[in-house]
Amino acid sequence: MIPGDPFKSKRYYHHKDFHHPHHSHPKNPATDVSTQKSGTRQIKVVRRVLDINDKMAAENRKLFAQKGLFVLNLMSSPGSGKTTTLEKTLARIMPEIKSAVIVGDICTTHDADRLAETGAPVVQINTDEFGGDCHLVAHVIEKAAASLDLDDIDFLVIENVGNLVCPAEFDIGEDSRVVVLSVTEGEDKPVKYPLMFRECEVALLNKIDLLPYLDFDKEKAVAYIHQVHPQMPVFEISSKTEEGFEPWIEWLKNKIREKV
Amino acid sequence: MHEMGIALQIVEIATASLPVDLGGARVTQVNLKIGKLAAVVPESLRFCFDVAVKDTLLAGAKLAIEVMPVVARCKDCSAQWTIDQPVFICKICQSGSLEILSGRELDIESIEVVEEVKNDSG
Repeated sequence: MIPGDPFKSKRYYHHKDFHHPHHSHPKNPATDVSTQKSGTRQIKVVRRVLDINDKMAAENRKLFAQKGLFVLNLMSSPGSGKTTTLEKTLARIMPEIKSAVIVGDICTTHDADRLAETGAPVVQINTDEFGGDCHLVAHVIEKAAASLDLDDIDFLVIENVGNLVCPAEFDIGEDSRVVVLSVTEGEDKPVKYPLMFRECEVALLNKIDLLPYLDFDKEKAVAYIHQVHPQMPVFEISSKTEEGFEPWIEWLKNKIREKV
Repeated sequence: MHEMGIALQIVEIATASLPVDLGGARVTQVNLKIGKLAAVVPESLRFCFDVAVKDTLLAGAKLAIEVMPVVARCKDCSAQWTIDQPVFICKICQSGSLEILSGRELDIESIEVVEEVKNDSG
């Protein structure tokens, strides 16, 4: 008997001294494995493990399309300036386009508090309620979106959990993905995290006001980006000084107009 | 970093794939394909899988992982090759317009099932 065997309360016949005549036992426990092997059946499954998330993401995408809003998934490593970029971006977008924000963090509401200053409705997701997840998933976005008046907005931006690995794997129903890379990180981030840079449509190279103080090789960073994602638009910006913001804001407005 | 969630999904999918007529069946092995581009660390996934299967129909099951190479095809010149460095540019015509044929997998291919449980040693 396997200790704590979960089947004994279900359809498991081998409990205690009961022996059922309708099936045989391996005669020699030492040959158990081969006996088991011969009774092994292979069942074809062929399913994506993230099937459930993908379906939920498709539902979200359908809902966002019905409501006529453009959804952006903003991703980066921690500390690259996503929240500041968003604050400044919303300040320029909001006078024209009604916007809302969903922000994901493992814990605290610091980012939501900062973003609320822009006047946009903000929903904070703390993933510690969902096991401290390192990324946002589709069903969490569905819940968060339910607390927003989607009829009243044209632009929803989702600030993902700071992480260059996991968020790239999870579709949340967005229209476009944007990655922020700051010049205080290594130039080789794109080749270390190729999936993230391949999955995103645009890269924002942030904190360029710090370039004079750093050894960061900007050309090399852009070359690495184009090595994993040829022709990816890269907007060089400083979220602090708002240098280089115009082309980025123009790109974003065009994307929103296309959808809305 | 999200391997536990993935392990739990695998258990859920494998359990749901058991035919209802297989009374008393248990899963002894899950055959999984993971693409090299997938954001999943096979060793972490194995560790989480061993924990996730406890007290399920997959208790003690083995996780067999086939790592899939990143294979690309150039949309311009149709060249096809395996990408082993993070360079997504055609070696023949330098085009960046590629179709990724494999390398993004995170798929359960099949499960192996026995209808008998282990011998209860007498």
